[in-house]
Amino acid sequence: MLRFVSGMIGKFEPMFKDGPLKIAYPAFEAGETFFLGTHHRSTGLTHVRDHQDTKRLMITVIYALLPVLTFAMWNTGYQGFLAEGVQSPSIVSSFLRGAWAMFPMILTSYAVGGFWEALFAMLRKREIEEGFLVTGMLFPLILAPSTPLWVLAMGVSFGVVIGKEVFGGVGMNILNPALTGRAFIFFTYPSMISGSGVWDLGAKSPEFLTGGAVALADGYTGATPLLAVSSAAPGTSAVEALTQAGYSFFDLFVGVIPGSVGETSALAILMGAAVILLSGVGSWRAMSGTVIGLVGVSFLFNLLAGPENNAFMTLPPHYHLVMGGFAFGAVFMATDPVTAAITPTGKWIYGIGIGGLAALVRVVNPAYPEGMMLAILFMNMFSPLVDYYVVQGSRKRRQARLAAA
Amino acid sequence: MSSPAAGAATKSLIAFGKKERKMLFDPMLDNNPITVQVLGVCSALAVTVQVNRAIVMALALISVLVFSNVIISMLRKLIPPSIRIIIMLAVIASLVIIVDQVLQAFLFDISKSLSVFVGLIITNCILLGRAEAFALANPPWQSFLDGVGNGMGYGIILVVVAALREILGSGTFLGFHVVPQIAYDLGYMNMGLMVLAPGAFILLGLLVWVQRTVTGYRE
Repeated sequence: MLRFVSGMIGKFEPMFKDGPLKIAYPAFEAGETFFLGTHHRSTGLTHVRDHQDTKRLMITVIYALLPVLTFAMWNTGYQGFLAEGVQSPSIVSSFLRGAWAMFPMILTSYAVGGFWEALFAMLRKREIEEGFLVTGMLFPLILAPSTPLWVLAMGVSFGVVIGKEVFGGVGMNILNPALTGRAFIFFTYPSMISGSGVWDLGAKSPEFLTGGAVALADGYTGATPLLAVSSAAPGTSAVEALTQAGYSFFDLFVGVIPGSVGETSALAILMGAAVILLSGVGSWRAMSGTVIGLVGVSFLFNLLAGPENNAFMTLPPHYHLVMGGFAFGAVFMATDPVTAAITPTGKWIYGIGIGGLAALVRVVNPAYPEGMMLAILFMNMFSPLVDYYVVQGSRKRRQARLAAA
Repeated sequence: MSSPAAGAATKSLIAFGKKERKMLFDPMLDNNPITVQVLGVCSALAVTVQVNRAIVMALALISVLVFSNVIISMLRKLIPPSIRIIIMLAVIASLVIIVDQVLQAFLFDISKSLSVFVGLIITNCILLGRAEAFALANPPWQSFLDGVGNGMGYGIILVVVAALREILGSGTFLGFHVVPQIAYDLGYMNMGLMVLAPGAFILLGLLVWVQRTVTGYRE
C-alpha cells in the first residue's frame, strides 16, 4: 500500500516540479507530505536533523483522534435518541444521526478557522501553518452537539484570532486556541455548553434519520455526571448520587453518557493516548503529571470529606479520571507542545498543576462543576514561568557543581 | 509620554495656531491617553457596560481634567517643587468632590450606578499625568486645550467601548432596543461575555490593535 502511494506520487512529481502544473506545486507538496514524510531535513546549526515536520506531528494527533471521533458520532446520535425517549436505537441509525450533526460542525470549524489562518498568513506574507489542523478537529469535540454553527464559528474565530494570531501565530501562542474558543462560548453563550437543552438534536436531524417527529421526552433532564454529583446534597455520597442518576463506573469509562461530544469516552481517549505516546508526539510527563495531580488532590479531598461537606469531596479519584473533560484534556490539550512547559521537569510541574487545579475547581467551586478547561488555560499562562525557574534552578546546581570541582 | 516644550511666548493670550491645534487633537487619536499611553484603563473597564454611564463618566472626567489643568497651570509659579504632588492632589480631590456632588444632585440614578468610580477619578493617572507633565510647565490657555483634548480622547474611547458592549451584550443602545426581535427569533443571542469586565478588556485590546495598525505606532 505504502509502496503504491509512493510510486504514484513519484510518477506525478516531475509533472508538478517543472512540468506543466508547476503553479500547483505547493498544493502537490501539501498532498505529498500528507501521505509520506518530507525529504527535507534541517541543515545548518540545528540540533535535530529529522524529517518530522509540523504536519507529520499534527496528522499523528488526527489519527489519535479517530477512535474518539468514531465513538463520539455514535454516542451523539444515541444520546439524541435517548433524550427523545427512544429506547435502544440501532447502532447504524445512531451513528448516522451523530454524523449528521457532527460533520457540519467539523466542516464549519475548519472553514472558519482556515479562513482566519489564510487571512493572517496573507497579511503577514507567510506560508499557511498546519497548526490549525488539530485545533479545527479538537474544537467541535469539546462542544455540546446541539451548538448552533454560528456560535461555533464565533468560538473558532475567537480562539484563532485572540488565542493565537494576536500573539504571532502557531508556536507563539500562550493559550491553547481550542480551549480559548471554548472558554469564549462558555462565558458568552452559557446555555450552549450546559443545561438540559444541549442534547436536543431536533434542529440538527432530518426526518429520515429520526423516523418521525422529534421532541424532548418528558422529564428528560440531560444532567451530566458532573452535574449530578455537584447538585447532590451535602454529606451524601457522590457515588450514590451517580448511581441514582443511572451512571455506573463502567458507563463513565466507556462513555455512554451525555457530555461534550468527544469527551465522554475514557476508553476511546485511552486508544488515542496510546497512539500519541507510542509515536512520541505528546509528552508522557505532562500526561502522567495531570493524572498524578488529579488523583492526589481528589484523594486529599476524600480524606477531608465530612458529613457537612459538599458531596463532590467524597468522589473517589478513579471516578474523577473518567468524568467530564479530564481524560480528553489530559491527552489532547495538556500535551500541546506549544502551550505546555518545555523543560522535562517543567512538564511534570505543569501536568500536576493542571490535574490538581481541575480537581480543586470541580470540588470547591460550585459555579463550575467542570474544572479541566479553566485548569489547563490557567497552567498555560504559568508554563513560561515554570520553565524559567526550572532553567534557573538547573543553572544554580551546575554553578554549585563547578564551584565544588 | 510626550509633552510639547513649554509654550514659547505666544503673541496673544489665547492664540490658536498649529501648536495649539496639535495640543487639542493629538490626544484624541495619535497620543490617546487610553489606547496609546494606556492610562485610566481601570475606569474604562468598570463603567462601560452602558453608554449613558460612559457619557456621564467621560463628562465628569473632562470637567475635572480641564479645571485641574487650568488651576494648576495658574499656580505653577507658586508651587514649590518638593510638595507639588500634594498640591495637585488637593486641587484634583476638591474638583472631584464638587463633580460628585453635582452628579448626586442632578443625576442621582446614574451617580448611584457609577458608585465609587466618580470618586476614583482622583486616582486616575490621566489627571496627575497631565498636571505633572503639562500644566506645571505651560500657561493656562494651553493647559486648557490639553485638558479638553485628553479628556475627549478618554471620553471617545469610553463611549466607543460602551457602545459596543451595550449593543453586543444587551442588544440596546442608550437603553433603546437596537437588535430587532426577528434576530432573536432566528436564534441570535446577546453575548454574555460583553457584560463582564473581561469583555471590556478584550474590546479595548482590539481597539488598541486596530488603532496601532492604522497609525503605525510602535512602542
